[in-house]
Amino acid sequence: MENLIAIEHLTYGYEERPVLEDISLGIAPRDFILVIGPNGGGKTTLLKLILGILTPWSGTIRFHGETGGRLGYVPQSARFNRTFPISVFDMVLTGCIRADNYLKRHTREDEEKTGVILEKLALYGKRNDNITDLSGGQLQRVLIARSLVSEPLALFLDEPTTAMDATSQTDLLDLLTELQERMSVMVVTHDPTPYAQAYRHIACLNTHLYFHERGELDSATLERVYGCPVEILGHGIPHTLLAAHGEEEKLP
Amino acid sequence: MQNAILVGIMASIVCGVIGPFIVTRRMVFISGGLSHTAFGGLGIAYWLGIRPLIGATAFVLAAAILISRQEEKKMSRNDLFIGILWAVGVATGIVFIHMTPGYAPDLMTFLFGNILTVPRADVIITLFLVLIVSGAVMIFYNGFVAVALDEEYARARRLPVAALKMGLMILTALSIVTLIQVVGILLVIALLTIPVAVASELSMNFRRIMLLSILCGILICLSGLMVSYFIEFPSGASIILIGGLLLGSVKLAGRLRGRRPADRPEGPGGRSKET
Repeated sequence: MENLIAIEHLTYGYEERPVLEDISLGIAPRDFILVIGPNGGGKTTLLKLILGILTPWSGTIRFHGETGGRLGYVPQSARFNRTFPISVFDMVLTGCIRADNYLKRHTREDEEKTGVILEKLALYGKRNDNITDLSGGQLQRVLIARSLVSEPLALFLDEPTTAMDATSQTDLLDLLTELQERMSVMVVTHDPTPYAQAYRHIACLNTHLYFHERGELDSATLERVYGCPVEILGHGIPHTLLAAHGEEEKLP
Repeated sequence: MQNAILVGIMASIVCGVIGPFIVTRRMVFISGGLSHTAFGGLGIAYWLGIRPLIGATAFVLAAAILISRQEEKKMSRNDLFIGILWAVGVATGIVFIHMTPGYAPDLMTFLFGNILTVPRADVIITLFLVLIVSGAVMIFYNGFVAVALDEEYARARRLPVAALKMGLMILTALSIVTLIQVVGILLVIALLTIPVAVASELSMNFRRIMLLSILCGILICLSGLMVSYFIEFPSGASIILIGGLLLGSVKLAGRLRGRRPADRPEGPGGRSKET
């Protein structure tokens, strides 16, 4: 099947320093890709390039059909203005805003879609709450709801389990597994363990990309990416950075 | 007096419409920089012998565009740039006023505001500015909210974020010009923030905060106007002090009702529920 998104020879950097070099990657329909790698390795940058937030220095990103206009994005919850006075319903409704409709009022259909998504994500009872009243797990679900209301074909999540307790992580995983039946999912994460049962491909990123099928990943590749020995625990998931015992992950 | 009431009401509309965006986007320091830059325009206008409000408008608009471009290109630290514009604006004003022969009778009015002396022509200019600001916010409301709430997400939705931010900055500049006549350059920031702070104590809904800010603005502007008229206090300072008293009272009432300040987030919005 043709890829929904085809990335070819992508290069991007900040000021003079390249952060991503010659990245090529295909995202298939209903794929589930984990993107891992050390801090500063370019994980979030790759996401922002695909979403059009950043413009690449060189290389191309091709979208199949209408995929380019139907990308869902769940940023890290720390990145948006959490003090903004807005209810859960209105926050999710902002997911309907696009370049071609932001001058118009929200339609009845937008509001109905928002209600349906809130029901589906068990947030309808919270619809009138201010976003500042939510727990980390609830807020993450609101951000996912906002991305789903635009009916995406591919969903991109940046560190979605940060500041989540174990129960919320399990709920999120169940939700992502369900969503993957309908769309491609790409998750940028520092901790791949929760996704061990769900992912299909794993992309290790540290300026260069090492792309693997589930279970294919070996310690030699990970050592190259992280720059230190890594122990693989199971399902091809890297878990422990042995050299980082008591230290921070090494920057490239 | 009729002019003063009209300008007071129009200024309150501007406060309510643009103030919540300034506060939520943390543009208060930028607003301070813009309002002080206006002094440079006033000085040049006096020197050229043209209407001061026109000089101030031109200067503040130019500063708004510069700050916006600076922000977008991240050319240097924005607070540094705004601080420099702030000081250079004031210095320009001082130099041109010094070079202007004779006495500049309206100067203190522009520094400290005197709503009671606003001429008819400035009422018409103000009306024009209020229509532009209110109309633009109504048209671009969804876009402005998207940018104020989550700029990165707005970019991912392919909204013209740079243009929206520039638009918001220009509207802020026009609002400041309107408010300078009411409270003066030195007190503009207070009128852009106090009504929003009061409204944020009463509601967590952005639209309602806008509406309450307008009502609060009208209340404090007209009360200040009365105080100034009947007991001959400086009008700008009276308006701001009444606003400060109102804010203190609303906060105290909130505490007495048992709401702990720690429950409320920083900035507008809070935990009080509305359906």
